[in-house]
Amino acid sequence: MTENTLLLDVQGLYKTFAVPVLVDLNFTLRRGEIHALMGSNGAGKSTLSNIICGIHQPTQGNLTFEGKPHTPGSVKDAEDLGIRMVMQELNLFPTLSIAENLGFKHLGGKGGWINHSALREKASKALETVGLADLDPDTPVSELGVGQQQLIEIARVLADPVKLLILDEPTAALTDPQIELLFDQLNKLREQGVGIIYISHRMDEIRRISDRISILRDGQLVATENAADIDEDTIVNLMAGNVEHQALDTDTRGQRGDIAMKVENLSRKGAFEDVSLDVHQGEVLGIGGLIGSGRTELLRAIFGADVADAGSVKLASDNFQQAHRFTTPQKAISAGIGMVVEDRKGQGLHLSGSLIDNMSICKLNDLSNGLSVVDTTEEEKMVANISERLAIKYTTLSEPISNLSGGNQQKALIARWLLKDLPILLFDEPSRGVDARAKARIHDLIREQAAQGKAVIVISSETQELMGVSDRIVVMSNGKLAGEFDPQTLTEEQLLEASFRFYSKPQTEHKEETA
Amino acid sequence: MQIFNRSIKLPWNSLGLIGVLIALVIFFSAMSEYFFSGVTFRTLMNQIPALTVIAVGMTYVLLIAGIDLSVGSVMALCAAVMGVMIADFQWPLFLAFFAALAVGLMAGITNGFVSARWSIPSFVVTLGMLEIARGGSYLVTGSETKYLGTAVEFLGAPVPMLGVSVSLIAAVCVVIIAQLVLSKTVFGRYMIAIGTNEEAVRLSGINPVFWKVTVFAIAGLLAGLGGAFQLGYLQSADPNAGIGLELSAIAAVVIGGTSLSGGRGSVVNSFLGVLIIAVMQTGLAQLGVSEPAKRIITGLVIVAAVLFDQYREPLAQFFQRKSNA
Repeated sequence: MTENTLLLDVQGLYKTFAVPVLVDLNFTLRRGEIHALMGSNGAGKSTLSNIICGIHQPTQGNLTFEGKPHTPGSVKDAEDLGIRMVMQELNLFPTLSIAENLGFKHLGGKGGWINHSALREKASKALETVGLADLDPDTPVSELGVGQQQLIEIARVLADPVKLLILDEPTAALTDPQIELLFDQLNKLREQGVGIIYISHRMDEIRRISDRISILRDGQLVATENAADIDEDTIVNLMAGNVEHQALDTDTRGQRGDIAMKVENLSRKGAFEDVSLDVHQGEVLGIGGLIGSGRTELLRAIFGADVADAGSVKLASDNFQQAHRFTTPQKAISAGIGMVVEDRKGQGLHLSGSLIDNMSICKLNDLSNGLSVVDTTEEEKMVANISERLAIKYTTLSEPISNLSGGNQQKALIARWLLKDLPILLFDEPSRGVDARAKARIHDLIREQAAQGKAVIVISSETQELMGVSDRIVVMSNGKLAGEFDPQTLTEEQLLEASFRFYSKPQTEHKEETA
Repeated sequence: MQIFNRSIKLPWNSLGLIGVLIALVIFFSAMSEYFFSGVTFRTLMNQIPALTVIAVGMTYVLLIAGIDLSVGSVMALCAAVMGVMIADFQWPLFLAFFAALAVGLMAGITNGFVSARWSIPSFVVTLGMLEIARGGSYLVTGSETKYLGTAVEFLGAPVPMLGVSVSLIAAVCVVIIAQLVLSKTVFGRYMIAIGTNEEAVRLSGINPVFWKVTVFAIAGLLAGLGGAFQLGYLQSADPNAGIGLELSAIAAVVIGGTSLSGGRGSVVNSFLGVLIIAVMQTGLAQLGVSEPAKRIITGLVIVAAVLFDQYREPLAQFFQRKSNA
């Protein structure tokens, strides 16, 4: 490879947040190539992208862009060099018009007045490049469908000269014709010598559009191959690696009791469809799959945090007589379902509140007398007890929980539900962002709950955790169930194959919502 | 200090406010020979009952990260209803009193229900109610002040042995009960929890809408009570009463250290905030400070109080470092 074909060279890149995310990663991108980046959850794709475009700075390692050391301190630094990223989440201003969104960086005209006709003209041209020429540039972006918004986002990036383009799941919300248009544009950019990093779960697309494919696993580059020389099985094998997993606690496995909850044909538009599964008393059912495959949305719908559109949840407590579709968590909790949410800080904890405030919130009614005065002595005793049982480290029970480490915060959140003592418990990423020791303790806790005869569902993006903690695993892929497995015999290849299954086939249904 | 909520660093905070209050009293006593006297004390104490109970309601509303701009108008409407019932319809006092409370309660429930049920900012809903209730009070009184004379005098008149009015005693009782509810009961915990993370409350199986409506209902009810106190104090129902009172109440609550973004606050401290404002107003008046200057000074004090509250931890650290050095 000669110097002038090499656009970006990454050597020995390390990035550590709480845990190492990228470890001695090497990666090259040529001019005029589309380079697909693949890997399972947490392999490091996003972190690598974020470092290239200046959102994060590396812990260690060298990046070279166009032969010069590349150390962007901010997104702006990277943008000045012609590096752009289209994120999965949209960064548009919903109440501004298409034209204003597209021209946002160059709004100011003479004396600070906006030249609307010039803006409109520019916007029309940009819209043409992404096949949206029939849209009125004055339309507010909020009136567009998700797919159209995604294309606007792409058009916005393409409006400026670009040398390196990163696309993160750009086709997730697009229809087939829109995908074709996008690919035409990408081919044009390739001819102009732009280097494109293309992140996607969709095997068929990647094999069609990309020149080379790189596979990341556990923060390392495991292979870079020409797209023509590699088949899907090899890709899956490379993503999987050969991670050894051991059961954390086999004592209670296989001792499951009767069915505790039946989920029947549950659907929520745009999130998951037609999911049916049973959970037994005394078992842990693991849900695997990629982030965004609808796992979280499924549990939230069972719990009533979001409302399902169709299907039902039936419970052993009423002999499966009633078909529930819970509209509030309150109703699900009184029917015996608890849920430890994924977003600990945003939706779980009261960060300025104390350990006591955070743990006892569901138990206050039981702790209070006829005048609804809380028995604080009893409350403190209860909280101190469970904190000791879960080995939560704190200085005083009344200090703000934000002072505690992530692991202890997570244990406190779990403690809230253990105190409530419900027969069915749902865990969404129960050990995200906690240290190894807290993680092990959390796994033990989950097994203990099953051993006590509770029905437990656990979502996890970590294969080891999923296999270690579950009695049974189901995998979700693109909103659908893609198989059920026994963790004792499940291989990581099988798990990944199932996770990617429904992303591989092009979506035939017309997904675009029109205004 | 047991009545203070342990999740708030109250003792220190309350003591700070009491310190400011004492400093103000000493300052005005030194500046004016008339300030430190029974007469001043009684005048002051008889002015504050309405503002006190309204500030209590406002504390609850701010705790759940809401705001209630309608309390001044609702107070006027309730006083107008009570006054008309007594003056024009010869209702017995207690019936007219309950009518006033009922009107306040209804206004509060409406505020709470509309804002919580349909997720409309309470700022907007209560701004609407501010206009509606003001219009209502003009309608009820026919835009005239209703003079009641002695019928309601006892509410505002000093009780012989104590030297303070029934209204003030009632208002202080409201403060104590409201603080106990806040720091001791499940409802109090829920208010703080809703103020810190409403979604977490919902996902804990508690219905935040119900409790938010309850809070606004209490604020409305207390505005009604304030209306009755105001009636007793003025011995008349003035449709223009309480204009801008919502802002005085917010100022008092904020001086008391309650956070506008919810989740942190104390009723007792709001009461201290009311006292600080009242002492300043009376003291400045006795010094012969003009009305415009009074308002400018009050405004500065409000901003200074919030600044201090916002940065009290860095400040405390700063002084600690100084004393260590």
